[in-house]
Amino acid sequence: MRLSKAWIIALRDFKIFRRQRYVWYSLIIFPVIISILFPTVIQLVAVRTGGLPAARITMLLDAFSMFFVIGAAFVPLSIATYTIVGEKVEKSLEPLLATPLTDGEILLGKTISAFIPTLVAMSIGGIIFQVGMDVVTFPMLNYYYFPNWTIAVILLILMPAAIIMSVEFSVIVSSRVNDVRSAMSFGIVMFLPFMGIYLASELGLITLDIITLLLIAGVIFVIDVILFFVSTTMFKREEILTKWK
Amino acid sequence: MIDTANINQKFRCPSCGNIQFFSGSPGQQIFVVCSSCGAKGKITFPSTTADESTMIHVSHLKKVFGDLVAVDDLSFSVKRGEIFGFLGPNGAGKTTTIRMLCCLISKTSGSATIGGYEIGNKEDSIKIRKMIGLVPDNVGLSENLSAYDNLDFYGRIYDLTDAQRKENIQRFLEMLGLWEKRNVLVRTFSKGMKQKLAVARALIHNPEVLFLDEPTANLDPESAKTVRDFILELKKQKKTIFLNTHNLDEAQRICDRIGILNTTLRAIGTPQELEQSVSGKKTVIVLEQMNNVILNTVKKLPLKNLIQEGNQLTYDVIDPDKENSPVVETIVKNGGHIQSMNVVGSTLEDTYLKLVRK
Repeated sequence: MRLSKAWIIALRDFKIFRRQRYVWYSLIIFPVIISILFPTVIQLVAVRTGGLPAARITMLLDAFSMFFVIGAAFVPLSIATYTIVGEKVEKSLEPLLATPLTDGEILLGKTISAFIPTLVAMSIGGIIFQVGMDVVTFPMLNYYYFPNWTIAVILLILMPAAIIMSVEFSVIVSSRVNDVRSAMSFGIVMFLPFMGIYLASELGLITLDIITLLLIAGVIFVIDVILFFVSTTMFKREEILTKWK
Repeated sequence: MIDTANINQKFRCPSCGNIQFFSGSPGQQIFVVCSSCGAKGKITFPSTTADESTMIHVSHLKKVFGDLVAVDDLSFSVKRGEIFGFLGPNGAGKTTTIRMLCCLISKTSGSATIGGYEIGNKEDSIKIRKMIGLVPDNVGLSENLSAYDNLDFYGRIYDLTDAQRKENIQRFLEMLGLWEKRNVLVRTFSKGMKQKLAVARALIHNPEVLFLDEPTANLDPESAKTVRDFILELKKQKKTIFLNTHNLDEAQRICDRIGILNTTLRAIGTPQELEQSVSGKKTVIVLEQMNNVILNTVKKLPLKNLIQEGNQLTYDVIDPDKENSPVVETIVKNGGHIQSMNVVGSTLEDTYLKLVRK
């Protein structure tokens, strides 16, 4: 498998995304919301209550950080489903499959084209979130809470793993549906396990410390590998041309 | 070309990858044992062999989807620089055949080679895909990219240098009258422009063989003519062209040879050979007035495929001089007045309809 060939596909898809307004919206809206909304909420609550206890603030900041993982599960859905379903709608996969590219190179190219824009958008959102939170919480904590190891594990390990999982799942779903909306409806399932983890932490059932986060990341990586094999099984040119609806 | 001499066939061991050559007669099937690991395998020698002038060689090719036999026992050859047309109704297996030859789908049985490389062999498949260009029945362009970017993308896939890509893109877009629109998004193009761009895309890497699946379907006459003229231009450049169509007129105008397909290959030959092969000639007699007495008397004569349409009678003839005399006599005897009588050759359409209805 040649990475250079996969990269050619990804570059072509980036060019297409540049002209797709809804791809931009799907990439930008969520990171913007969480990176601006959460610091604003903390600020408003602090102003109303005359300041929050430090323990409560740090718990909230860790919990809010988990939203970058939840977002990573559904932000790439539209872009990932578009890369496959869009080609299905335009019927542009057949000439692509008639080139010397291997199935793996095409699949890898599609994965990269969904992974990189999402990672960039979410990472920028993560930086804005950390800066905003530090600005808002410094007067109450007397130190800058971010960056720390928790957010590092979330943004550098857990979030990319969750994006890959979402992209792989989208590829599988995309092979069975005909339009981007249907694919995205199925893809929303990806968001549920991470929402479950968030709620469990809020209910005090688990603590989102570094060890727990690394364990969750490990589980996601295993799921990534399984999904990759499932998606490569489904992404075979004969299947695409004769069985994909 | 039928070759009855013994031929060599490559055997790649499925277990250890060892390659051996075995000799056998065309069409023969033998069981072999790998000399390296002892694994057993089976070889089918192609029933015909290809010479150097053959670009595409197909032998007993078959494709089955579940219970549906899409293509069965297909055998033919296409020479280098030849325009070969596949004629057949919808569902005849034309697209399935192109997909098998382009290594997009697997064969169920039989064999085929493109430029000496074998379809179904993983390594050869990559080589085949490097030397072919495909225009599928749906053009399959990226609608949200410009014409230039569509071609540039494929040029990169085929490892063309920057200079080669620029040169080829400009050459083909100019030839097809699209250069001025190179930076316009494809989604704004007409069907004809898209079809032309798809042809340019298939040629961007200068392939030896071009597969065209219904290239002029749904095009207006002017666009269809541009595409046809371009195909004929490619023939001058010695490209081998494999064309699927159900447009008889198009096949007749541009193909050197035609195969008529309806799951199985029903006939193969030049357009002229096919016209003469099945139906022979027809006599067309036009009377001033047709009546039942004339018609019933003529019907009693031993005429093949007699058809009456208004005042016109049409029937098949092998020897017009011999067979037309009794008909004329019968008509005149029964008071008929003949306005005109013509002997016409059968058309490709007659042949086609007869063969696909078999």
